[in-house]
Amino acid sequence: MSWYGFARFFQSYAVLVMIVLLMAALSFMSDSFLTFRNLLNILNQNTPLAIMAAAMTLVIIAGGFDLSVGSIFAMGAVCSAWLALHVDPYLGLFMAPVIGLALGIINGFAITLLNVHSFLATIATSLIFKGIAIVISDGRLIPVRMDEFTWLGRGKIGGAFISVWVMIAFALVLSIVLTRTTFGRRVLSVGGNEEAAILSGIRTNRIKIATFAIAGLAAGLASAIAASRISLGQASAGTGMELQAIAAVILGGTSIYGGVGAVWRSVAGVFLLALINNGFNILNADPFYRDLTTGLIILAAIGISASGRRR
Amino acid sequence: MTLATDDGVAIRAEGIGVSFGGVPVLSDVTLEILPGEIHGLIGENGAGKSTLGKVFGGYYQASTGSLRIFGEDVPKWDPPTALANGVAMMHQELQLVPALTVAQNVYLGLEHQSWSILHRDEAGRLKKLMENSGFELDPNAVVGDLPIADQQKIEILRALARNAKVIVMDEPTSSLSKDEVDQLHKSMQTLRDEGRTVIYVSHFLEDILAVTDRVTALRDGRFVKTSITSDESRSSLVSAMLGGGKMETPFPAKVRPAAAIPVLEVEDLRSATGVKGATLLIGKGEIVGLVGLVGSGRSEIARAVIGADPAISGEVRLNGVPYADRTLAKSAEHGLVMVPEDRRRQGLVMTMAVRANMMLPHLDQFSSVGMVKTAEEKSRTRELIDHLRIRPAAVDGNVSKFSGGNQQKVLFGKWLVENPAIVILDEPSRGVDVGARERIHEAIAELAAAGTAILLISSEIDEVLGLAHRCYLVDRGRTVEEISPEDNTEASILSALFQHQAAVNTEMTS
Repeated sequence: MSWYGFARFFQSYAVLVMIVLLMAALSFMSDSFLTFRNLLNILNQNTPLAIMAAAMTLVIIAGGFDLSVGSIFAMGAVCSAWLALHVDPYLGLFMAPVIGLALGIINGFAITLLNVHSFLATIATSLIFKGIAIVISDGRLIPVRMDEFTWLGRGKIGGAFISVWVMIAFALVLSIVLTRTTFGRRVLSVGGNEEAAILSGIRTNRIKIATFAIAGLAAGLASAIAASRISLGQASAGTGMELQAIAAVILGGTSIYGGVGAVWRSVAGVFLLALINNGFNILNADPFYRDLTTGLIILAAIGISASGRRR
Repeated sequence: MTLATDDGVAIRAEGIGVSFGGVPVLSDVTLEILPGEIHGLIGENGAGKSTLGKVFGGYYQASTGSLRIFGEDVPKWDPPTALANGVAMMHQELQLVPALTVAQNVYLGLEHQSWSILHRDEAGRLKKLMENSGFELDPNAVVGDLPIADQQKIEILRALARNAKVIVMDEPTSSLSKDEVDQLHKSMQTLRDEGRTVIYVSHFLEDILAVTDRVTALRDGRFVKTSITSDESRSSLVSAMLGGGKMETPFPAKVRPAAAIPVLEVEDLRSATGVKGATLLIGKGEIVGLVGLVGSGRSEIARAVIGADPAISGEVRLNGVPYADRTLAKSAEHGLVMVPEDRRRQGLVMTMAVRANMMLPHLDQFSSVGMVKTAEEKSRTRELIDHLRIRPAAVDGNVSKFSGGNQQKVLFGKWLVENPAIVILDEPSRGVDVGARERIHEAIAELAAAGTAILLISSEIDEVLGLAHRCYLVDRGRTVEEISPEDNTEASILSALFQHQAAVNTEMTS
């Protein structure tokens, strides 16, 4: 296999290889790792991030970045808790994704109307969304101790948490959207060669807006799950999640230049990050080294991503 | 740095060959550039004159042959080495920093400094340089505010600041007014009178005749001759550029359309992108060519017709019905499509497979409720692969690994998926191998025979003459004359184009 071919192969499957190696090493080093309970916990804890990373994949494939999903998450958490407390718990859970969708559409229009890089536009909207979340919550926690609200994050169906099923369904749908629909094809073309896409009659701005809308919807859905699980809405929720989501997408081998990528690999990227975290916890390793290790692994992934593109 | 020229030659090129992606652009070019001359490089579109200029400047590496610069062999030759050896290049697109001043641009990278703190003495240094060289500019003017002619002087001064002895100018007049061209020619003469060498790459024969001392003609990437300019005339240079009888693959037979049924009519079309009055007509089953020199606005006309660029005024009619507010999507619905000229930048998405590329404009036809109909896509892609003989014949092949010819066929096929009524082909055989070229030509003829109206744009005049039923000459965004390919040769068309150009030049000065 040529170096280029190897790089492409490695880019696609490195994340799985790393997960398998890490799982083998951790089960060898600790008895408490390879238990159903621990694995289910890892899965459950990371469903919100996995949902966001799945949607972020589409944004990055179309050539964008969304730095505002952490703030949309905060907005979703605060709004759903507030609505649950003051109006209706079911409405609260339902409205979080709707609000996320609306904020994502605002992002999309900000980017395409101002014609600025999404990186810049979403830094700005991120502060705006976060600011609104703080105002709504008045800077306080909004506790919602109602079974009608917490079922989404804590309930189980068939031995697994409902939220895990939601995450699997969401990632599956996005996977099908990307690989089987005309929309997915257009997303790939916008990131692969925008000018060729325009000359093919594709309204590329609409496609970009749609990817940000999906990212917003995902952040809202994720926030509903998280708020429901901890029965609490707060404006500081979601801080840093946008970077974790982007890191997971890149770990999954989606090209940072756009045009190439897969949803399932981003979800795998989330679990690779989660395993590193979990490893530090159960091995009682010095947590000082956790960020360092994660950073090095992400750097390696970015290096591989870049080498696959430039020949 | 040696000023001594042991054999009295500034640049000696021996057997220079350059190829891009396996297609030879220059082969076995041998010539000498003398110190203190203005040396013209001429040739048809694609003859390799710009490429040769860039080889001198170090921007392209010769795959065969060698360069001797002032008598010294240069095994490694890139832009910094060239500059260190006294050879500077002035590009068609100027490479200045618009936000900096004239002086800062001239001395960019040569600033006087102590421990990285600038002395900020560029203006004074530039004044001294200008005194010695006869150029005059305000050293503190901001470059972005200056006209292009002044910006070119800055490029020249930049070369002088680096003590360049040879300056290669690649099509420097393409965006200049007549006055500015005269100014540039004066600058060239100033440089020559100081003993420097100017290599002047241009397709404006009048300019070459007016200012150069010697001129070298290239044809199909090969050296034709070097001669004293005063011994040449326009017609002698045209015949040098064209030569006698090229070895060519035969063109497919032309099938005359049975009846003249107008399909696409364009009337006095104008756009902000440089279309200044395009009028043309294409009938059912007819191939109509647009012929013009590089930069004449052929592609811009096509883009304005199809709606890729907005038009300012003028009318487009499809089957006699006015078609205003054109967009690419609407054009495609009307069966009006364009195969763009640059397949890497505008045509193909290199990260996608053959099938995905071909189907990109047709997704709505090959899907139901948003889901792609894979089987139908595959069978249509398979048909086109067979029809155009695309190799490898893989429906989901990786186009980024295909040869230029097969990439071009994929791009062509992409626009044939829905059997369009009108096809605009912009440079359909640029940079492709002979076999692919032949197949593409056959496919164009077959398409027309089946009733499709075709607008053919090509830098290769013989390609247009060989395929088209009628042609329009294009000069500076206008269709200036309609001609019949049967009554014309490449030479007569070139000289007609140069005549139109000269006519416009005199209009502008008067």
